Amino acid sequence: MIAIVNYGVGNLFSLKSSFSAIGQKVIITSDPEDLKDADRIILPGVGAFGDAAEKLFSSGLSKPLISEARNGKPILGICLGMQLLFSKGYEFGEYDGLNLIPGDVRAISGVIPKNLKIPQMGWNSLKFTNPSEIYSRSKKGSYVYFVHSYAAFCPSEYITATTNYGADLTASVQNGNIYGVQYHPEKSGNVGLDILRSFCEIEVK
Amino acid sequence: MITKRIIPCLDVKNGRVVKGVNFRWLSDVSSPVELAKFYSDNGADELVFYDITASSDGRKIFTEVLRETARNVFIPLTVGGGISSVNDFERVLSCGADKVSVNTGAIMNPELIHEAAKLYGSQCVVISVDVKRVNGEFHVFSRGGRNDTGIEAVGWIKRCVHDGAGEVVLNSIDTDGVKKGFDLEMLKAVCNSVNVPVIASGGAGSIEDFITLFHEIPKCDAGLAASIFHFGEVSIMDLKLRMKEENIPVRL
Repeated sequence: MIAIVNYGVGNLFSLKSSFSAIGQKVIITSDPEDLKDADRIILPGVGAFGDAAEKLFSSGLSKPLISEARNGKPILGICLGMQLLFSKGYEFGEYDGLNLIPGDVRAISGVIPKNLKIPQMGWNSLKFTNPSEIYSRSKKGSYVYFVHSYAAFCPSEYITATTNYGADLTASVQNGNIYGVQYHPEKSGNVGLDILRSFCEIEVK
Repeated sequence: MITKRIIPCLDVKNGRVVKGVNFRWLSDVSSPVELAKFYSDNGADELVFYDITASSDGRKIFTEVLRETARNVFIPLTVGGGISSVNDFERVLSCGADKVSVNTGAIMNPELIHEAAKLYGSQCVVISVDVKRVNGEFHVFSRGGRNDTGIEAVGWIKRCVHDGAGEVVLNSIDTDGVKKGFDLEMLKAVCNSVNVPVIASGGAGSIEDFITLFHEIPKCDAGLAASIFHFGEVSIMDLKLRMKEENIPVRL
């Protein structure tokens, strides 16, 4: 069973539907027991880093999430959910994240040319930089759907794919059993569903 | 590189897809869920669902159609039509919409964009504008293009973006249904005034109309059309292959 962490941020209908579409049993939950029972955990999120981090920490779900992560359970953060896996976020201030991957989350405006629109919204291609099980089905240059104004900045050993938007931005990351994607696999057509399928096949230790 | 988006628009009434030509007459085309799946499988980058039902019964059917689509189609989905309050945002977002497009609702209640952007984020608030030339000026029309509000369009769009709209759908009433190309003059005026994505709508009659659009206005992010896709006059795959030939960034 897959547990989608519900901490009051964003709408989870499409995400849940995408797992159902690939034949996975999935629940949306805010019960810490479900995180323990699940085989895999999805951390979603839209909105601002600080607001979401505060909701996650005050929901009582961050502690079980961190302990499941330390136990080796596969965890996938999506969009803002990926950003929350990092140590710190700098969106309207400085906020602590879950600190499961070393690095921080900063505005892309600092690194991309001024003439580009923010957020990056639309389909962009992936460049794989380190091997990751989530891309076991993916072809080089696959397109996925992005909506973001902030991105993760971290040591390159954790980056599994980048995307070019006037600069190479972090598109996905991995630290052992902790996975994160900046884009929306649940909105990236068959390419996205394949990435979710591959995530669901990662062996649970 | 980020790609230019090709977006079919589905007008939905009583659970079926219809398309207005110059907003006057409607003809039944197909089932929204089936058509959405077809487009998604054949290269559409995004879909727009437009609810053109007036009754509350029709609204319920639309919401169910939307939910069924989001269960089966995994590309971004924008929903518009009859959005006049934050509750309407909630209603369609909870059924799987990713973005919500506001038109007359924002004219009636100019606070709506700001309120919705604060609650859901700018990335999901789309301002959709029907624009027509009146005495040499671009005027915003409301109520499905029937009513001249007298509001100057570029200023209105700038204000909406300032208030938190994260994307603009610009529909030219002057070129809509004419099938002789997008309204390049109007699009240029808007693309040069805002720094959020602009989607061109109204007037596409052929593949070359999209090529001209993206060559002439590199700042334009997407092209939207309905009947030429629904009636098979333009296949999205052919269009995208042609865009690639022309070195326009495209997802294939």
